[in-house]
Amino acid sequence: MNFTLKIWRQENAKAKGRFKTYKVENISPDCSFLEMLDILNQQLIEDKIELPVDPIAFDHDCREGICGMCSLYINGRPHGPEQGTTACQLHMRKFKDGDTITVEPWRAKAFPVIKDLMVDRSAFDKIIQEGGYISVTTGGVPDANAIPIPKEDADLAMDAAACIGCGACVAACKNASAMLFVAAKVSQFALLPQGRVEAEKRVQAMVAKMDELGFGSCTNTYACEAECPKNISVENIARLNREYLKAKIKHADRKREAGGFG
Amino acid sequence: MTKLNSKIPEGPLHQKWTHYKANQKLVSPANKRKLEVIVVGTGLAGASAAASFGEMGFNVKVFCIQDSPRRAHSIAAQGGINAAKNYPNDGDSIWRLFYDTIKGGDYRAREANVYRLAEVSSNIIDQCVAQGVPFARDYAGYLDNRSFGGAQVSRTFYARGQTGQQLLLGAYGALSKEIKRGSVQMYTRHEMLDLVLVDGRARGIIARNLVTGAIERFAAHAVVLATGGYGNVYFLSTNAMNSNASAAWKAHKRGAFFGNPAFVQIHPTCIPVHGDYQSKLTLMSESLRNDGRIWVPKKKEDAEAIRAGKLKANDISEDDRDYYLERRYPAFGNLVPRDVASRAAKERCDAGFGVGLTGLAVYLDFADAIRRLGKDVIESRYGNLFQMYEKIVDENPYETPMMIYPAVHYTMGGLWVDYELQSTIPGLFVAGEANFSDHGANRLGASALMQGLADGYFVLPYTIQNYLADQITVPKFRTDLPEFDAAAQEARERLEQLLSVQGKYSVDTLHKRLGKIMWDYVGMARDKAGLKFAIEEIRKLRKEFWENVYVPGTLEGVNDELMKASRLADYLELAELIARDALHRNESCGGHFRVEYQTEDGEALRNDEEFKYVAAWEWIGLDAEPVLHKETLDYEFVEIKTRNYKS
Ligand SMILES: Cc1cc2nc3c(=O)[nH]c(=O)nc-3n(C[C@H](O)[C@H](O)[C@H](O)COP(=O)(O)OP(=O)(O)OC[C@H]3O[C@@H](n4cnc5c(N)ncnc54)[C@H](O)[C@@H]3O)c2cc1C
Ligand code: SF4
Ligand code: FES
Repeated sequence: MNFTLKIWRQENAKAKGRFKTYKVENISPDCSFLEMLDILNQQLIEDKIELPVDPIAFDHDCREGICGMCSLYINGRPHGPEQGTTACQLHMRKFKDGDTITVEPWRAKAFPVIKDLMVDRSAFDKIIQEGGYISVTTGGVPDANAIPIPKEDADLAMDAAACIGCGACVAACKNASAMLFVAAKVSQFALLPQGRVEAEKRVQAMVAKMDELGFGSCTNTYACEAECPKNISVENIARLNREYLKAKIKHADRKREAGGFG
Repeated sequence: MTKLNSKIPEGPLHQKWTHYKANQKLVSPANKRKLEVIVVGTGLAGASAAASFGEMGFNVKVFCIQDSPRRAHSIAAQGGINAAKNYPNDGDSIWRLFYDTIKGGDYRAREANVYRLAEVSSNIIDQCVAQGVPFARDYAGYLDNRSFGGAQVSRTFYARGQTGQQLLLGAYGALSKEIKRGSVQMYTRHEMLDLVLVDGRARGIIARNLVTGAIERFAAHAVVLATGGYGNVYFLSTNAMNSNASAAWKAHKRGAFFGNPAFVQIHPTCIPVHGDYQSKLTLMSESLRNDGRIWVPKKKEDAEAIRAGKLKANDISEDDRDYYLERRYPAFGNLVPRDVASRAAKERCDAGFGVGLTGLAVYLDFADAIRRLGKDVIESRYGNLFQMYEKIVDENPYETPMMIYPAVHYTMGGLWVDYELQSTIPGLFVAGEANFSDHGANRLGASALMQGLADGYFVLPYTIQNYLADQITVPKFRTDLPEFDAAAQEARERLEQLLSVQGKYSVDTLHKRLGKIMWDYVGMARDKAGLKFAIEEIRKLRKEFWENVYVPGTLEGVNDELMKASRLADYLELAELIARDALHRNESCGGHFRVEYQTEDGEALRNDEEFKYVAAWEWIGLDAEPVLHKETLDYEFVEIKTRNYKS
């Protein structure tokens, strides 16, 4: 198969970027999208088709759709055209021979470009650091079977926990909101008895951090769900909103009590 | 004379660890605050260690290559994690997990370490559940188990097909908690280039900031490497693209002995190679062997017709199928250990019974299981794996059998460590896949996750104190010491040298050539002549690399090719050591199969008289032969036998 690629090139965070056009030929339909970029880079390096030689920088690691490292905006869609699939698991057979394919980085204020297609997603780590965990220390915990957990709850928690932290939801959202990502973590723990203890604190801290880091607000367009490679459901956002409201009311109650009505 | 002291505590097996803990030195809370520890790697081993050190009160610096600690290669583990909980009441115990691991490793692992691993295995599950890891549960709400190869009990805990992801996210959560508390400082997109020794002790690292390109220095009282395995020496493996051997190799060149480098695990169930553009291989979890049956056609004509595209798997009648694992190993059937299953697949394919376009594939068939349990059950157990298979191969495994073939997967070898997980460099500890420790010559499925978390949560937090207790009066190190100057300078010059070659070939081109040598001659079947040939070829390729590699760009900023070149330069040295180790070990054991040493029916033939030891290699220079040190393995508690999975 042959393709024309329009790829975003940007020297570094401060430089101005632009599209450049490349051609790749004789690509096997069984080739993955990233392997196709490997082939292009190999040409840039060995055939020196353009000087100075500067292969395209993109993030990737597992190439199995689980690490969340790959982050390509392909033909106007995060991770490309196939539903429920990361860019690394997208295969060229999903395109038509002769297609022109546009490849860009994630675009969001909170994810500045580092180089070409590589962006800085450390904002996600910062949100998790605010409470995306259960504050247990190593050792001194009860037997794993001490608390039975209904299978349905465990399964729902697992559905939410399947988020790979890729950021496609942010890239898909016109407000660049991180709501689906945050909601997935909040839900996982809200659904489990171990996680309930800190549920209120967690949801408030994570949402506050998300706002602080420059992610937009959620206006329920659900583009995130449509583009999430792990099919994380927007029901998690509804659950986050309930948790958030609950936390707020409780917080207000406590304030009132502390204010001393008697 | 050997310099190895494995520091195995005295006493009966089941009391060694208890005794150790009761007698080790501790560091008081006030002193912990004065001590700094560097952890390189944020996989299961590194993240769990760093989080635990932070909780204990040490000052911790953690490094990883990826843009987030959550993306370490451990995230990709699918199938599960073992623990001797005996929840299913099927006869499991610490002893049995210990015994299975020793036997599975073909009697080339250290008893005391393996027993400790089995002992702490239950704590891992408790810890992870407390962290909110959503393990699979049954309808009563209790934890569910499955079986893995080399075991006759169900002791594997799992979170769908994403166990590694969930365990790593648990450890990442613990790490994030400590980062927030300020006890841990995280350095992402940093790649360690060298280890710094001061007065013979590990005191710091040199790392490249992968965004700015700056070569930075970091000092500490002790250094932990948790940098994963070296399977990518073979170019194609199931490892992530960034998995590499460089940190361990640099430590080796600074004096840490390398243990059993030839012990490489080739996993039986991977998606077969299908093109030369391929960048990695994809594992189909071993858990599939719980319900899938492996077969090839009984008749050569059928296999030929399948390869020619004239017949399909489903055209072969039941009577014409050879379920060769069930035939050869009736007691364990499809659940024999990995090394045995891989060799059996290779044997059938080499004999002309292989399927797929290349003939290098066998079937893994779920038709029986689907008939017996229904498609829904199979989907709930393996849905995401089936989906992954379909995405890559474009065939529906619910309807036609999967095609699989062995691929490089895991490295049992690694830096030699003693009972405390300390290398031969004082102050350098090694955890997870990066050390050689617990799996002998073959690792059992679902035991790597167990080992990584055991090392990080439950072993290092004790043993590192025993070392650091002597360091409380040592002030914090400065990074302008001459030792740091020299190491930083060396690291920079090496990168400059790589950039200055300006040859013809890309790093990948040369890496693929190395991979081919390794797969053909240092792979599943090895022999003396082939290994000698491989050593010559590796040396030639190393020369060619330094004369003809082309690395674009500069030292500044993002430069992936430069880092790939730096890693390949190390692989080209490590590859030779792997071949040498394989050549010296005149026996077959576990994943190390020397064609000259096999029984009449093709099983591995160990030589306990001569080779019941860990080979720990000392580096003495690039063109000098490495020095072999032997740690003899004394089996005090188990009786050594020939592995038998037949009856
Ligand atoms: C596809 C697949 C499936 C698997 N499934 C299972 C399973 O089901 N059960 C099981 O028990 N095992 C399984 N394994 C094996 C297991 O996943 C690994 O052995 C284990 O996760 C290794 O963990 P680790 O912490 O030692 O290292 P890794 O997870 O490999 O982490 C290495 C860390 O070191 C960092 N690093 C490396 N080099 C440097 C450097 N120079 N500078 C800075 N940082 C560096 C990396 O960034 C990373 O953070 C599987 C392996 C694969 C490939
Ligand atoms: S919610 Fe989906 S799109 Fe967003 S980070 Fe998680 S996996 Fe990626
Ligand atoms: S490279 Fe890991 S998810 Fe794509």
